[in-house]
Amino acid sequence: MRALVWHGANDIRCDTVPDPKIEHPRDAIVKVTTCAICGSDLHLHDNFMPGMEKGDIVGHEFMGEVMEVGAEAKSALKIGERVVVPFTIWCGDCDQCKRGNYSVCERSNRNKALADKVFGHTTAGLFGYTHLTGGYAGGQAEYVRVPMADRTHIKIPGGLTDEQVLFLGDIFPTGWQAAAQCDIQPTDTVAIWGCGPVGQMTIRSAILLGAKQVIAIDRVPERLAMAKAGGAITINFEEESVVERLNELTGGKGPEKCIDAVGMEAHATATIDSMMDRAKQALMLESDRAHVLREMIYVCRPAGTLSIPGVYGGLIDKMPFGMAMNKGLTWRMGQTHVNRWTDDLLNRIQEGQIDPSFVITHTVPLDQGPEMYKTFRDKRDGCIKVVLKP
Amino acid sequence: MAYYNRSSTGDNLARGLGWFSVGLGVAELMAGRTIARWMGMEDKTNLIRAYGVREITAGVGLLALGDPKPWIWSRIAGDAVDMATLAAGMENNPRAGNAGIAFGAVMAATALDIVCVQKLHQEEAYYRSLPVPDYSDRSGFPRPVSAMRGAASDAPIGEDMRTPKILRFQPAQSQTAQNQIAQNQTATS
Repeated sequence: MRALVWHGANDIRCDTVPDPKIEHPRDAIVKVTTCAICGSDLHLHDNFMPGMEKGDIVGHEFMGEVMEVGAEAKSALKIGERVVVPFTIWCGDCDQCKRGNYSVCERSNRNKALADKVFGHTTAGLFGYTHLTGGYAGGQAEYVRVPMADRTHIKIPGGLTDEQVLFLGDIFPTGWQAAAQCDIQPTDTVAIWGCGPVGQMTIRSAILLGAKQVIAIDRVPERLAMAKAGGAITINFEEESVVERLNELTGGKGPEKCIDAVGMEAHATATIDSMMDRAKQALMLESDRAHVLREMIYVCRPAGTLSIPGVYGGLIDKMPFGMAMNKGLTWRMGQTHVNRWTDDLLNRIQEGQIDPSFVITHTVPLDQGPEMYKTFRDKRDGCIKVVLKP
Repeated sequence: MAYYNRSSTGDNLARGLGWFSVGLGVAELMAGRTIARWMGMEDKTNLIRAYGVREITAGVGLLALGDPKPWIWSRIAGDAVDMATLAAGMENNPRAGNAGIAFGAVMAATALDIVCVQKLHQEEAYYRSLPVPDYSDRSGFPRPVSAMRGAASDAPIGEDMRTPKILRFQPAQSQTAQNQIAQNQTATS
């Protein structure tokens, strides 16, 4: 089969690789009909995430048709069923899964010993996202093996297009959880850094959850236009001061809720601290550029909440933690507990409350994926979300 | 917003110059005295080492900091300073020939820098000439935003995702918080 394969920094290729096989009775094989490039895939492409190996198949946002089902998954899945696959693999039986904390499933990471060493305790297995999270083959491919498939799926009813439901596997619930864990109240101002795909979903989620005011911060004109269409007041950080504008919009108090939908690759040349971070990254003295976190801590209203759906990989430097401590900020973060949200979100899509396909700007065949990684990374051609068709 | 393409011809040339800068910078820093002697400019050893730091900074900037144009311009400025230093150092210099070779090398590097920055600006002009897609109608909602605000306020969100009530900013919750504080004060007194 054909798949997008990681070969090193800035080197993802469309290769021919062996087809996946059932390896465990709980597995299923899914024929991928639609997949997408996620912003967090760029961290792999740019080689900022440790734990990738040459030959790894990437991609964790995908859906398709069930082709084969292992003996122990047959009660939950049938051949021919249409499923979106969540990026977090979950067992459903461990203490964390029973609490709904699927992204920290204690059993789905087959490289648990490695994750225990690196993270202290393991988190869930993820598709196509380093050997620290299991080294599972990803879904930017014609076929994919889904471990623990009896749990790790979202069944899709007829009448909905792939484009409407694909993002249930990652960016929609990720944006939703980012907003939900802020516990948005009707009097809240929610500031969201980053108007990429997750940022766009977060904006819509914050509006649906009833925020009084949603403010989106970015520098790319077309992304800001899309944010504005979704109901956000926009701030272009290259044209105006984020701190001054946020104070102006909140009567000098600061936003109650701040969401980081940027993560470890904050724009490298906008501020001195970002430039220092980038230089340190290049010299392997630091792994993540944390400008957004620093700015959120600074601007957030005391006793407010910081929500972090943006992906961070390791070590950050010069974190104003004293400021955060003295302001009594609440921090909410983590990978998304995808299946905790998807029944509700699927209903909302079916009811027509939201159509997540608004974010798609490019649809191309799988073999154009490597080039689209670069287009997406460089924000060329108005690229916000790339969908691939294997 | 600066436009650049990290896979373009101009960018590849910039990255090459970035590695060249790092290499030259390390050489100037580590072997500043040897280079100065070879050019007959031993009194400029510390200056050459300082230039090495400048080259390393430009190299890291070119390799790691996104838009390469400002860093290539900084290299061109640096080239001018290098040439001025070498020209001044050639007077009454028994090794003026070697200094002249270095001067020629800097001129060649400057030419490459100029070609590179021209290419980068051409590429930016091309990207700027492309039409900006209009996403101003992509709300994702079936009705105006004002009608969708709060449409999911009944969403099933677990208590573990909620903020403790006392930390909520809603006026009504603040009253609750005040009542709670009053109760606590009564209990302690």
